[in-house]
Amino acid sequence: MPIEVFRIDDRLIHGQVVVGWGQPLDLAFIVLVDDEVAASDWERDLYRMGVPPEMEVHFESVASALTRMAAYQQMPRAGLLLTGDTAAMRALVEGGAPITQVNIGGVHHRADRVPRLRYVYLSPAEEADLRAMAAHGVIIGARDVPAATPVMLDALLAGQGE
Amino acid sequence: MIKSSPGGALPRAVVAAHADLAAGLIGAVARIAGDAAAERLVPLSNTTLGAAELMDAMRAAVTGADASVVFTDLPAGSCTIAARRVARELPGLAVVCGANLPMLLAFALGTAAPHALVTLAVEKGRAGVLVAEEGAHAD
Repeated sequence: MPIEVFRIDDRLIHGQVVVGWGQPLDLAFIVLVDDEVAASDWERDLYRMGVPPEMEVHFESVASALTRMAAYQQMPRAGLLLTGDTAAMRALVEGGAPITQVNIGGVHHRADRVPRLRYVYLSPAEEADLRAMAAHGVIIGARDVPAATPVMLDALLAGQGE
Repeated sequence: MIKSSPGGALPRAVVAAHADLAAGLIGAVARIAGDAAAERLVPLSNTTLGAAELMDAMRAAVTGADASVVFTDLPAGSCTIAARRVARELPGLAVVCGANLPMLLAFALGTAAPHALVTLAVEKGRAGVLVAEEGAHAD
């Protein structure tokens, strides 16, 4: 079964991911794509700690994720791929990863960002990343938890989400 | 080693959780144990905060309260991640996941040193989770 969700979330692994998405989708694995986390034993332990034992966590850099994407897409059970920012997800898309949909799960307040939703704030560079992915044919929507109604990219950037 | 409180003051803690849970738990402590006990607990919500902002808020809450402990709700939650990052900067800060009301009451009413108080709070928190009635099962 392939990776079911490609999610951008600056909190990376947290409650919404493990419980909110993990339980209803019966996720068997998470692929956390972050160059900094992948390079640090301490960071990997930090994110692995709270994940239930039945859920595997794979840590990848952008480059290694692209190398192993085909293997992840052939895993026997469902998975979720996470990046902490739009740039990493864009790099995966432009690197040839078979990503057709991207879920914006949480990009929170920062000084250079404009509020788009309660849980999505975007800088001009991040908007450009999302538009570039859309230009590759990727369907992009914001949705923090599965029960929420997705806000598609055009509405999100027009500030019509909430 | 959990850091001790300055000048023999009673240990204080930050309670960090999703949505309004921390404030709700501390409000319940105040109702049950009084304001003085509740004032040893400082609430922090992760609502609207990204990872970096949450860590800044966590650091400010811990140092502002001179807290010995951070109680969080979910082991996999962003509050726990932020608390563990702050604990790495501030050796001696304990991080306890799975906060519940018995746990916080034990801490807020306790007078022991921080390490003993954390141990007691965790015991009380665990003991507070039980099946009081099995209920009727068709299976």
